[in-house]
Amino acid sequence: MINCKNLTKIYHNGDVETVALNDVSFQIEKGEFVSIIGPSGSGKSTLMHILGALDTPTSGQYHLDGKEVSRLNDDELSDLRKNKIGFVFQSFNLLPRTTVLRNVMLPLLYTDSTGEEREKRARESLKYAGMEENKFMNLSNQLSGGQMQRVAIARSLINNPSIILADEPTGNLDTKTSHLVMKAFQELNDKGHTIILITHEMDVADYANRIIHIRDGNIEKDAPNKPNDHIIA
Amino acid sequence: MVFIDLLKETLWSLTGNKVRSSLTILGIIIGIASVITMVAIGQGAQKSIAASIESIGSNLILIQPGSERIGGVSQGGGSSQTLTMEDADAIKNEVPNVKAVAPAVTTRKQATANGNNTNTQIIGSTTDYTTVRNVTIDTGSFFTDQQIASSAKVAVLGPTVRDDLFGANANPIGQYIKINNVQFQVIGMTVSKGGTGFSNQDDVIYIPITSAEHYIVGETTYVNNISVSAVDQTSLDSVQSQISDLLLARHKISDPTQADFSLINQSDIIATASSVTGTFTTLLASIAGISLLVGGIGIMNMMLTTVTERTREIGLRKAVGIKKTYINMQFLSEAVVLTFLGGVAGVILGMIASRVVTYFVSSLTTSISLSAILLAFGVSAGVGIIFGFYPARRAANLSPIEALRYE
Repeated sequence: MINCKNLTKIYHNGDVETVALNDVSFQIEKGEFVSIIGPSGSGKSTLMHILGALDTPTSGQYHLDGKEVSRLNDDELSDLRKNKIGFVFQSFNLLPRTTVLRNVMLPLLYTDSTGEEREKRARESLKYAGMEENKFMNLSNQLSGGQMQRVAIARSLINNPSIILADEPTGNLDTKTSHLVMKAFQELNDKGHTIILITHEMDVADYANRIIHIRDGNIEKDAPNKPNDHIIA
Repeated sequence: MVFIDLLKETLWSLTGNKVRSSLTILGIIIGIASVITMVAIGQGAQKSIAASIESIGSNLILIQPGSERIGGVSQGGGSSQTLTMEDADAIKNEVPNVKAVAPAVTTRKQATANGNNTNTQIIGSTTDYTTVRNVTIDTGSFFTDQQIASSAKVAVLGPTVRDDLFGANANPIGQYIKINNVQFQVIGMTVSKGGTGFSNQDDVIYIPITSAEHYIVGETTYVNNISVSAVDQTSLDSVQSQISDLLLARHKISDPTQADFSLINQSDIIATASSVTGTFTTLLASIAGISLLVGGIGIMNMMLTTVTERTREIGLRKAVGIKKTYINMQFLSEAVVLTFLGGVAGVILGMIASRVVTYFVSSLTTSISLSAILLAFGVSAGVGIIFGFYPARRAANLSPIEALRYE
């Protein structure tokens, strides 16, 4: 369902050319849980931006659900992000002083759905992501890090996206909470969601069923992975 | 749903920093309120000046002697003696559409009574003066044609003279006053016309024109001015030109530019005064407009700060698929809502301020027109759009990647 062919991204900074991605090709099937791992500067962030339709490649093709993404304009990319991609960020990126429910409803803004519809979907999404119902009306800044990330996951799920893109989702969390959040991703994957995880930590990448190692803009290794049973310290 | 969402998001963000939002609104409130107040003062002044000019007389044409030249030096309008009683009679008899003609002899003299004295204007005229100059009698009566014929020593006082000589609320009728050491009996008092300072039309004593000639200014057939009242507004111009032709013929002057008299009609005076007060209003409004401009810059400043502060939030909104247009609209709507709220409060404050001005300066009646209010709203919404445009565009054009990374 994701088909990347010869993806190349070159940044121009004055006269300096930086090749962030160099002729990268791979495929991801529906229902996979893939970790993309690499040190900083490896090009994994650039790859995530392209997969997340936040950026377009300099050359090459990116097909998502059979649709060519790399040549879309700004508004078309917005629509694609809204309908096909759910983002989970390292720093949660919740709206401050706003209830959990409203945060989850954010992607439904400026759509035709009514307030009741939105709230119903947000509640379902939150339950699905494992949030307790008595926290729904809490303000986002009254939550713990793990709860915040669950809200962010619920937000990413609300439009029932084709893929969930998680960018260092445990970067701001302690080991125990990280484990819980990663377990949540595994559960989502068990329910059939396609998940792409970007990280630089092997421990985190290890929860996935396939790991793509990326270094200096090239795929170094692309291999299936058998998640170990993680023991909580 | 788009509109409701937009409104909700706007309120959410404006209430997020109430102090900052209120201070920014305050800038617009002060701007709008000062524009409203200044225009109200200007328009009020315009109305009260027009009203006081209208109170001089109705459909009035004022004829004054031309300026006398001594050795080529003009002595100023009205300085020469060229108008006579006969001129006044001729106008009354020969010019059509004339309602009344009142020749007048005027001078300033000291008047005394009961040991009080006042320097006031003495107007010697005919019974027509009341018609031409809208003089209304409060108590007693104006002098009659018989009293004019007999040069009776009778006087009608303006309210200010009554106050000065007899004290406020005293009844002067039947009392005696002395002008130029000649005793006159007070037979009436006029209704106040208003006006203050140099244009006080109540600081005056009316006496028969013949009495003025006999006892006050000395024997003369010349008059200081002739007031003519046309029957209506439309005939004003034709009456004026016919008077001019008649007087030129009577004074045997062939070149109208050499006329030894001058004619002013009331609508000219009102028009001139209106254009003066109009300029004055524009001036006041422009000064107030500067504060509105400053308020607008305040909006822009706040919006730019907001965009910077909320960069990550904007990045998130873009990442979850909210289109550029909506981001643009949201920030623009924040600016417009701010200015609109400021506009509403500003109009209310402006109305209160205008009342306060009228309360403390009673001679300045302010008037708030609907057009001033609509203009204020239009301007404030415009200020919002203009000053909100740049910050909103900046927000909309942020790259989601950069915005999400922003610390």
